[in-house]
Amino acid sequence: MTEHIAIVGGGTGGTVLANTLAEKLDAELAAGEVEITLFNDSEDHVYKPVWLYVAFGQREPADGRRPLREVVDDRVTIRQDYVVDVDYERKELELVDAIDPAPYDKLVVATGAQLEPERVPGLAEAGHHFYGEEGAQALRDELLEMDGGHIVLSVVGTPHMCPAAPLEFTFMVDDWLRERGRREAFNITYTYPIMRVHGNEHIAEWADPRLRERDIGIETMFNAEAVDPEAQTITSMEGTELDYDLLVAIPPHTGSDFVESAGLGEGGWVDVDKHTLEATGFDDVYAIGDAAQTGVPKAGSAAHYQANVVAQRLASDLRGQPATAVYGGKTICFIETGMDDATFVEFDYERPPEPSEPTRAMHWSKLAYNESYWLTARGLL
Amino acid sequence: MTTKQTEADTTVDARGATCPGPLMDLISEIRAVDTDTVIALLSDAEKSPTEVQEWADESGNEVLDIADEGDHYRIHVKKL
Repeated sequence: MTEHIAIVGGGTGGTVLANTLAEKLDAELAAGEVEITLFNDSEDHVYKPVWLYVAFGQREPADGRRPLREVVDDRVTIRQDYVVDVDYERKELELVDAIDPAPYDKLVVATGAQLEPERVPGLAEAGHHFYGEEGAQALRDELLEMDGGHIVLSVVGTPHMCPAAPLEFTFMVDDWLRERGRREAFNITYTYPIMRVHGNEHIAEWADPRLRERDIGIETMFNAEAVDPEAQTITSMEGTELDYDLLVAIPPHTGSDFVESAGLGEGGWVDVDKHTLEATGFDDVYAIGDAAQTGVPKAGSAAHYQANVVAQRLASDLRGQPATAVYGGKTICFIETGMDDATFVEFDYERPPEPSEPTRAMHWSKLAYNESYWLTARGLL
Repeated sequence: MTTKQTEADTTVDARGATCPGPLMDLISEIRAVDTDTVIALLSDAEKSPTEVQEWADESGNEVLDIADEGDHYRIHVKKL
């Protein structure tokens, strides 16, 4: 009997998992005892952090995109299709384009997060963002055309991908304007939905004085309610209104529709045991990355570490051994603090992040990691 | 003697989420419901009572009561 491992989603989590499993289960794959199938709805694998740099003209979208087939081990079957539902009794996946359902013995959901700017009236029409290729390019063009004015960076929705990114953009745009001698022609305002500048208290304590010393306006407890594209204003549920010339928003995020239709969790996020990453209430179903409700940030590094844990658990299970690998919440994150400086944090369920003094070396480490990411995707780094 | 317990129209179960997850879940629900709706927020995050009260004061909504249920808080908020 061949054991079918199905992975839904070809982002960082799904790809690292597929490649790590292919290495671990080399003998079983060769013997036909196991088959690994990666389902993805597009033919490309995307490294999303590149988009932040696209907004400043430093990278091109193509730098963050490669055919999935080039990134995924040849021992893994790739099926380009959209998984819409699961029959848990028959252990089958329902696909959009295939007539026959796909069997699975172990299922790993790695469906990530998606943007939903439509949830705030006016935001889709008026708000720029760097959470997608087209958005980042449009933002770059807009930034290059501006001579001055008010830039508002508004974190509209949480949770969102890469919780550090809004701060990174704000620090970077400040520095980018200074480098061009244009900072005095601009006002910059940063808004956040709760009473501090970041969800994590330690990051907030670190970032708050740095925003102030750069003369960046701060509006906390600002939950965007509506954007008026004509008047160029954004208003909050708390009654604050801001005029803007350029609105850069972190749009509301949701998980995958598939997660909802498969009954795995509300909002497209899968309820999981945060240590084993097993879906709550379902046998032989795991979730990793942005899709998994673990409480850690929706970040590629978390997806990477979670994929390693699930790979070990699946391999142990296949070999009839107790699965002992557990995820301790490990997340690492570079935080750009300008165009030439960055800091770095490493944290987990028990230890909070402790940002260090930004350095140029850390910025270059971040850029070096961006280049070596493709080794991570291949499960090598 | 019995204490009349606040009745909620809807419940947001944010147990297991770390700050500010429960508050964000509450805000998301407030967006979706009508005025005068009472929401019960269940949270085991230590700072939720403070954060919810601060946000309610700022946003013009009302915290009706905060109950310590042992392993979690039950916070009733009325949308105004």
